[in-house]
Amino acid sequence: MSEIYIAREKLPGIVEQWMGRYRLFGPVFQGQYHEFEQVKQPGAVDLDFVNTKLSPKGLFHPQAEKMFEFTLDKQNPEAGILKEIPRDYSERVILGIRPCDARAFVLDDVNFNTNDIKDPWWVRRRECSTLVGLACNDPCSTCFCTSVGGGPFDTAGLDVLLVDVGDGFVAQAVTPKGEDLLAGIQGDPMPGEAPQKIEDLKKAAEASLGKAFQVESFTQKNMLDLFSDPLWEEVQFSCINCGTCTFVCPTCWCFDIQDEVSEDKGARMRLWDACMFPLFTYHGSGHNPRGQKLQRVRQRFMHKLKYYPDKYGNGVACVGCGRCVKACPVNIDIRQVARLMSDGCVCPA
Amino acid sequence: MQAYTQKIREAARRLLSEKKVDVVIGFRKGTIPFMNEPFLARNAEQAAQLYWDGNCGINLANYVTKRTDRVAVVAKGCDTRNLVTHILENQIPRENLYILGVPCKGMLDKRRIAAELNGREANDVEESDGKVLVKGRGVELTLDRGEYLQDNCSICIHRNPVLYDELVGELVEEQTNVDRYADVRRVEAMDPGERWQYFEDLISTCVRCYACRNACPACYCPTCFVDESRPQWVGKTIDPTDTRTFHFLRAYHLAGRCTDCGSCERACPMGIKVRQFTKKLEKDVKELFGYEAGLSLDQRPALDAFQPDDPQAFIK
Repeated sequence: MSEIYIAREKLPGIVEQWMGRYRLFGPVFQGQYHEFEQVKQPGAVDLDFVNTKLSPKGLFHPQAEKMFEFTLDKQNPEAGILKEIPRDYSERVILGIRPCDARAFVLDDVNFNTNDIKDPWWVRRRECSTLVGLACNDPCSTCFCTSVGGGPFDTAGLDVLLVDVGDGFVAQAVTPKGEDLLAGIQGDPMPGEAPQKIEDLKKAAEASLGKAFQVESFTQKNMLDLFSDPLWEEVQFSCINCGTCTFVCPTCWCFDIQDEVSEDKGARMRLWDACMFPLFTYHGSGHNPRGQKLQRVRQRFMHKLKYYPDKYGNGVACVGCGRCVKACPVNIDIRQVARLMSDGCVCPA
Repeated sequence: MQAYTQKIREAARRLLSEKKVDVVIGFRKGTIPFMNEPFLARNAEQAAQLYWDGNCGINLANYVTKRTDRVAVVAKGCDTRNLVTHILENQIPRENLYILGVPCKGMLDKRRIAAELNGREANDVEESDGKVLVKGRGVELTLDRGEYLQDNCSICIHRNPVLYDELVGELVEEQTNVDRYADVRRVEAMDPGERWQYFEDLISTCVRCYACRNACPACYCPTCFVDESRPQWVGKTIDPTDTRTFHFLRAYHLAGRCTDCGSCERACPMGIKVRQFTKKLEKDVKELFGYEAGLSLDQRPALDAFQPDDPQAFIK
């Protein structure tokens, strides 16, 4: 796979070049934090960021998406027929995505893109996107990618990996799609020390992360033992049952489908939902199998850390981005929950 | 702050070992800077985990709602006002509560401190003698504590617990020369179009996670109007109409009940200043009915009692 060097001052020009050919998305500073959005001005992309507040999952699985429109007008021969809303599948580049977030898409694919079932919008959005990642030279204290099978320089899910080596970026193609993207760029001469620099940066970043917990120590436990462990009583106490952790999470993919109707016009919407909300499992009968907070809290962590690995054999459904750790209003820390799942807690009766 | 922590632990240990209460609700030290976790101590041994500093902004009255055991709760001024509200609204009987009152010096605004760090990360925070010492990779800052309080704390005039069974420290001097409604007057002075736009911009980043609602002790309806499904009153999209409906209704449900504890604003993952809604209603209730929520067990809340001298004649 090819590798090119881009001097720092050349990057805006390349961004502009890409903007001419593709729809370009990247981290943009919003006043308080960064978010991924479509870039209108080349200078708006800010790669000097830690990570975005929300994960980039919304680029593939929007929070609220109109899927179909319909009319209920009986006079209309098309009454009640769902009409798909056209979407823009023109080629796009997502620049500056972190390795953890790119890896999340690979984990999410098992839900949206299988041999049997393909979510057409997810699949086509994945196809039309080229992911240009940015390696994490300086992971933050809430990051724990190396504990869940990823890494600050991991290339899973990426088409190109950028490494900031100081005066510029080394861009490494990871996939043929990435090759194509780099083929269109005029690189600068690669500094001789770059390969060693990358090795050093990678080692330092990985060393700063360490291991927050050992995944195998709970994935190999008996499911029912974990399910009925008193640790959930301990974990659930502080939870206020908001949806923050699920909304910021790159691997929380659950959604609800609702029809919104006004007079005789309607739309079928797909909306992020959250296992933290009582309505998530509320049956038409009035019964709620997860009516208690404890059951909902347990569900979220068990889904990520036990059910998913059991079902897919693909590791845990957490990429260690640490967004939930930072955003939880009451400091429920998934690293701590994972440790409790490993060790069991000293929970009082 | 360390002194408070010691007192809280001692009191909790005593109450639990003497079986005066079944549980103690307080905070334990968080896993990241500027965060502590609400914690339930069930025995004297666990009392050692209790902790206090300027990052205890979450309102613990939220954790006693409808409890049926005997609960001791660590409560700063605003928390005790919500406990009063809870007692008045029959959410917990007074006799089941043992209030460990914390004379409060204001809670730290993690976002304003983060802004000072310019994207660098804080690894450690210490508070002492009116200063906040923030240490991180390649950064060390000493800030004046008083300048970095949550917005609600900087204008608070009820730092001392209004109801308690025991204090964990000397009462603090209440702030007097504070302008509690400067923000509201600024919004009131806008013309309607400008004001509408102000609120539209305010909530434009809302993700509808409901952290503001769930962090609020006064939001305890068995089923919130946004969770009603038969009929469904509010859409679940992030269309401005739906988001607006949620925020307006949430605020109105808190009229005459909100104690301006700031838990909602602290909880919001997007940093939305949701108090801009509730503060206006607090001001209106104060001006119209002379009522401030949660100050006394002897006064019915303004909106659940009729007084012959109520200012609005239409009801008579």
